[in-house]
Amino acid sequence: MRAQTLNRATPYMFMAPAAIIMAIALLYPLGYMIYGSFRDWNPSQSIGESEFVGLKNYITLFFDPAFRESLSVTLTFAFVVVAAEMVLGVGLALLLDRNIRGMSVLRTLFILPMMIAPVVVGLMWRYMYHPTVGTFNTMLKSWGFDGIDWLGQNALLSVIIADVWQWTPFIFILALAALQSLPRSALEAARIDGATAWQQIIHIKLPLMMPVLIVTGLLRLIDAFKVLEVILVMTEGGPGLSTEIVALRISRTATEFRELGVAAAMSNYLLMLLLLLTVAMFAITRLQEARAQRAARQIQED
Amino acid sequence: MPQIRLQNLVKRYGHLEVLHGIDLQMAENEFTVLVGPSGCGKSTTLRMIAGLETVSDGEIFFGDQPVSQLEPKDRGLAMVFQDYALYPHMDVAHNISFALRLQKRPKEEIKAKVKEVAEIVGLTDYLQRKPGALSGGQRQRVAMARALAKDSEIFLFDEPLSNLDAKLRGQMRAELAIMRQRVQKNMIYVTHDQIEAMTLADRIVVMSDGYIQQQGSPEELFKHPANKFVAGFLGSPPMNFLDSELIDLDGTLYAVGEGFRIAIPAEKAHALDQSDKAVTLGIRPSDLSYAPDAPPGLGLDLEVIVSEYVGAQSVLLCVCGQASVTVELKSETPIALGETLRFAVRPEGIHLFDRKTGTAL
Repeated sequence: MRAQTLNRATPYMFMAPAAIIMAIALLYPLGYMIYGSFRDWNPSQSIGESEFVGLKNYITLFFDPAFRESLSVTLTFAFVVVAAEMVLGVGLALLLDRNIRGMSVLRTLFILPMMIAPVVVGLMWRYMYHPTVGTFNTMLKSWGFDGIDWLGQNALLSVIIADVWQWTPFIFILALAALQSLPRSALEAARIDGATAWQQIIHIKLPLMMPVLIVTGLLRLIDAFKVLEVILVMTEGGPGLSTEIVALRISRTATEFRELGVAAAMSNYLLMLLLLLTVAMFAITRLQEARAQRAARQIQED
Repeated sequence: MPQIRLQNLVKRYGHLEVLHGIDLQMAENEFTVLVGPSGCGKSTTLRMIAGLETVSDGEIFFGDQPVSQLEPKDRGLAMVFQDYALYPHMDVAHNISFALRLQKRPKEEIKAKVKEVAEIVGLTDYLQRKPGALSGGQRQRVAMARALAKDSEIFLFDEPLSNLDAKLRGQMRAELAIMRQRVQKNMIYVTHDQIEAMTLADRIVVMSDGYIQQQGSPEELFKHPANKFVAGFLGSPPMNFLDSELIDLDGTLYAVGEGFRIAIPAEKAHALDQSDKAVTLGIRPSDLSYAPDAPPGLGLDLEVIVSEYVGAQSVLLCVCGQASVTVELKSETPIALGETLRFAVRPEGIHLFDRKTGTAL
């Protein structure tokens, strides 16, 4: 009897350390933030001294043009980078899914950007974008073109390029893994059935990779909504509000404007957005599982 | 449509040569079976014909046309794979019609064709299912249907039945034999199962270690194996081999070994080169019959070690001197393990092989 109880408790005991850390490092701050978002709270007060204001912070934000601008920058940034990264990453994977000499070296090179710390990436690109001594403008000028005002006029585009450079490898690796786990014989059958290389991609490879690609894309999207360091280092959100993504605005609201309650409410808006994406991701995986189960049931019913 | 001809076909992977110059000619509409143990090069040969493997040397001809440089899709063939190779994301109807849709055939024609082949293989009720919702046997049928729908002149089968359980395999083998009557096409079939080879083939090609050991009709190969490998590979239970010497006693040639002496029939003895004395005597279990009173020169005395009851017949594993010998016996014959029984050898069933080279004498 005792042994049985112990047996049943074992998994919980193993999970306990992780659960405790989760509670301290995640749930507690989260609860604190949600609580704080309903209060008019500045950093000189303790949270107990702050005044309860209900949904005021949320409502103010909803009608705040600066926040809306920030949200729209974030959405633009996230969707553009993810779209570009998906196209490039999957395209690269399709190109490099073959056995050529030196391919393993090439693959390693391709995933290097992902391994660099975001702050370093930001610094690197800031120097490369520098209007007078930066790599790009020096190069353009040596070819006789005018320099481009990278981080000024074209700031959003510039940060998008940097992010695409850094995160395309993520999509590339996962797409390549998906490609290499495709059933080889189905592709051979397609070749015999008369499919050209392009038709194989459209009719066989992409549809079979789709489950992995959808989840990869959603993961990237979630990540892109939270981007901070690279943009902070490159533009600090400027010029104007042109690259001020929500994460940056949150940190500025908390530190510069000293409105902790508003910053918390902003975080909650972002959190809700991310939650929506995460739920979508789980729904998709569940849907796939359900489909597989239905198929298994059909076999048994025969 | 064309005869298929392989001319000095060689396959190398780096420095490793796995196929050493295969020459093979298949007649029109012939059902050719490539058979051999795993690693013998049979699948490689088939995949080279399909265009899935490059040809290192030599040439493949469909009729007069060399095809080794053509893409698989330009060779006009259909193939059934061992793991069926269905497209998992398409339902059965779309799997079957994939090639036709790529060819942009009219919708009505595609629909009619799918219906037709689905009826042939008995899949009409499953056209809307995805492969994931089909059993192994049904997937196998989809693979067949997909190949049939293409109307190719050449059908390739790469061990199509080996992923099925024994009962289903027997059933599908029979269905294949029936389909083979209806569809007069060039068919090349790879298997490691000699029963499939014997039952389906017009021509069997026995391969081993990247060489063709022998080719011909099933009967020809069964009755006149060219060497010990072919003799041992075809037939179930397999042929018994006994080391022996050829010795001339009073004008009759005998194969003499430990514990036995078998007279070689006069016409066979006549054709033998007698200087070659060390031979392997080969006798199929079906050429040995229980005969307690067989004369000494025509029988083998076998000590029964194991009896395997398989129904009407029992398979007895016996020893004769050092050699083990398999025989078949009606199950009702009363025998005891450890008993020594005499079996008569059918004179036409005596095969002799050179002990060094394994070639038939």
